[in-house]
Amino acid sequence: MTEERILITGNEAAGEAAIRAGCRFYFGYPITPQNELTAYMAQHVPEAGGVFIQAESELAAINMCFGAAACGQRTMTSSSSPGVSLKQEGISYCAGAELPVVIINVMRGGPGLGNIEPAQGDYFQATKGGGHGDYRLIVLAPYSVEEFANLTMLAFDLADLYRIPVLLLADGQLGQMMEPCVFRKPPPLELPPKDWALTGAKGRPKRIVRSFFLPAGILAEHCKKLQAKYELIRQREVRFEERDVEEADVVCVAYGTSARICLEAARLAAKSGLRIGLFRPISLWPFPEQPIRRWAERGKKFLAVEMSAGQMVEDVRLTVEGRSPVGFVGRCGGGTPTTAQIIDAARALKKSGDTILSSKKGEAR
Amino acid sequence: MAKGYHRPAALTPARTHYCPGCGHGIAHRLVAEVIDERGCRERTIGIAPVGCAVIAYDYLDIDMTEAAHGRTPAVATAVKRCNPDKLVFSYQGDGDLAAIGAGEMLHAANRGENFTIIFINNAVYGMTSGQMAPTTLVNMKTATTPLGRNPATEGCPIRVCELLATLGRTVFLARGTLTTPRNVRETKKLIHRAFDVQERGLGFSMVEILSPCPTYWRLRPDEAMKFIETDMVKAFPPGIIKDTSAEVQ
Amino acid sequence: MTERIIIAGFGGQGVMTIGKTLAQVATGRGRQVTFIPAYGPEVRGGTAHCEVVLSDEPIPSPLVEEADTLIILNQPSYDKFRPRLKPEGTVLLNSSMAQPDPGDKRSLLIPATEAANELGNVRVMNLVALGAYAQLRGGVPIEAVMELLAKELTGSRIHLLEVNRQAFLKGEELARKVAG
Repeated sequence: MTEERILITGNEAAGEAAIRAGCRFYFGYPITPQNELTAYMAQHVPEAGGVFIQAESELAAINMCFGAAACGQRTMTSSSSPGVSLKQEGISYCAGAELPVVIINVMRGGPGLGNIEPAQGDYFQATKGGGHGDYRLIVLAPYSVEEFANLTMLAFDLADLYRIPVLLLADGQLGQMMEPCVFRKPPPLELPPKDWALTGAKGRPKRIVRSFFLPAGILAEHCKKLQAKYELIRQREVRFEERDVEEADVVCVAYGTSARICLEAARLAAKSGLRIGLFRPISLWPFPEQPIRRWAERGKKFLAVEMSAGQMVEDVRLTVEGRSPVGFVGRCGGGTPTTAQIIDAARALKKSGDTILSSKKGEAR
Repeated sequence: MAKGYHRPAALTPARTHYCPGCGHGIAHRLVAEVIDERGCRERTIGIAPVGCAVIAYDYLDIDMTEAAHGRTPAVATAVKRCNPDKLVFSYQGDGDLAAIGAGEMLHAANRGENFTIIFINNAVYGMTSGQMAPTTLVNMKTATTPLGRNPATEGCPIRVCELLATLGRTVFLARGTLTTPRNVRETKKLIHRAFDVQERGLGFSMVEILSPCPTYWRLRPDEAMKFIETDMVKAFPPGIIKDTSAEVQ
Repeated sequence: MTERIIIAGFGGQGVMTIGKTLAQVATGRGRQVTFIPAYGPEVRGGTAHCEVVLSDEPIPSPLVEEADTLIILNQPSYDKFRPRLKPEGTVLLNSSMAQPDPGDKRSLLIPATEAANELGNVRVMNLVALGAYAQLRGGVPIEAVMELLAKELTGSRIHLLEVNRQAFLKGEELARKVAG
């Protein structure tokens, strides 16, 4: 059964993966382009003996996740950009109370109600906070249906391992697209016992799930503990993929659907002798700083490609620290950049060493 | 058992942070006594709100979680769905329940979620220093209604029990006070009945407790109790507002 | 070999079914596949299109910028998508509902709606188009298509299997004629 190869949408694959990972408590609210996921869970979570609730709002959905996670259950919610904005409060609380929750954002165009086209405009929200306070999420970015499924399963393990909310940052394209998918469970991790979960104080002292620490100094201690955890994650959970970086004239840095388009651009560009490599962050937080920096030290030129006005590119620039040029190709307001844009920008970048010039040239459309 | 005052097992020995004359202390104790009497301390999970009772978990000796402001019924929904065999209650103030959390309250009640809300109605936001609540009485002065609550611009106090009574899946909705020993005992009975409804799996239950806030009512504790009897009960009549437990079983 | 396909028509013409069937058949044959439905707020009516990539290697981008094949079921879709055809590409055109531009030498005219009407069920027009595609490009055995349809058309709809089969065969036949 696990080796079966099925044609499935990214949204449904993520839902199936969550169920296979043991998620029995799913809470959602309708929003395009992730509705297939919620519908999948409505049918299949109860079949698996779990609970599906169509919540009255995104606020309620993420807080139902808070409650289920507080009881030690594997739980998930999913939405798309405007809905994920609504969840930010709850995500901050989950982070503060150290609750393992999996959240899926199938991004669409913004700001505001935006549109329902695929987009990557929520990178800042996902990786820099989104909600209030000093917290981090593990943020994973799949680029295919199969990876969407398999990272979803991994997300549950990472959430439990570190007691942290894990966000999968996908886009409308990945959610809607069908691809053959083989569900591969990640290698089993040794997970800590949930000796904090609420089960009724039977024969033990009571347990409290909280993010509120009023007396002076206590919150500072709590935050220090969180930061130490984040540091550990930075050291251990960086994920990325490299394609033809060594020999590349220009290295595209892209995640999700953008990375797929970069691969196509690389294939097309090769015909004219332009060598485009791909550096694909899979963990957007922790961002793969060291491997990018190593390439920068060897003088590689980078071209960040995003379905946004330029968000991840800031992390690339911070990582490269001026060692080598960083260009940008983006498209905001929903929709995808074209291979021609990428190839043109890469060609210009290959010729020019000027970071600012190349970034401006790239910002067509 | 020895007669006289003793601390319920479900109450910790901690000194509360509540102001003198506040109703929360009495309400906490009632909840703890009911839990003790039902022998369910080890299978009870509570959800604390944001508001004066935010650290109720420091006073009640049971498993508890906090919830974001107003999201309390959503958290309680999931806690109960995860633990159908446990007694689950949320403990919420009027701002948490009927303002910022009105949506969560309404829909948890409408789904007939099988948990109990202990609703402390003191007609004012205490923790944030005395602003208007959805249950603030008409003409009542608060930090944000310095001239008194004007129905033309601020609306009228929301009667939560009556509002929820219109929903098909609410089973037990009742309102009590803490103004006299007799009323305290009556309110305790209401909590028992609400927990009965839950433990029989009948559906949503709530007990609203009219509770004094002498600090932000700018009254002495005894005056505050009197104010409930003279003014508050007019807007919020005590009693059982809805009980369909005989029908739904 | 990689083939990039765009399928377009009115909502309700069975555009998604063609695309999904191509994707499912190829998946069953162990090939690499991507299928992208254009998703919009409209539920019925309007223009529908989908993009399919079939390959023996991992597929870089699922987005079809330049198509090897267009399967076009109505005039607005022809006008909209023809610029996205590769110079050496082919259009399978439902000539019952769309006419090629003068000088268009890349369109194969398949009167799919007419053929479906002759079979007594206009809704199998998409199977005529699919059959024509199968004849043109190969890789879509009728047995595999019928197996998929048998999963969909059950119960009171089981009798529709035969007319679908005939439609597919008719499409193959029509394509054989025009492709020579």
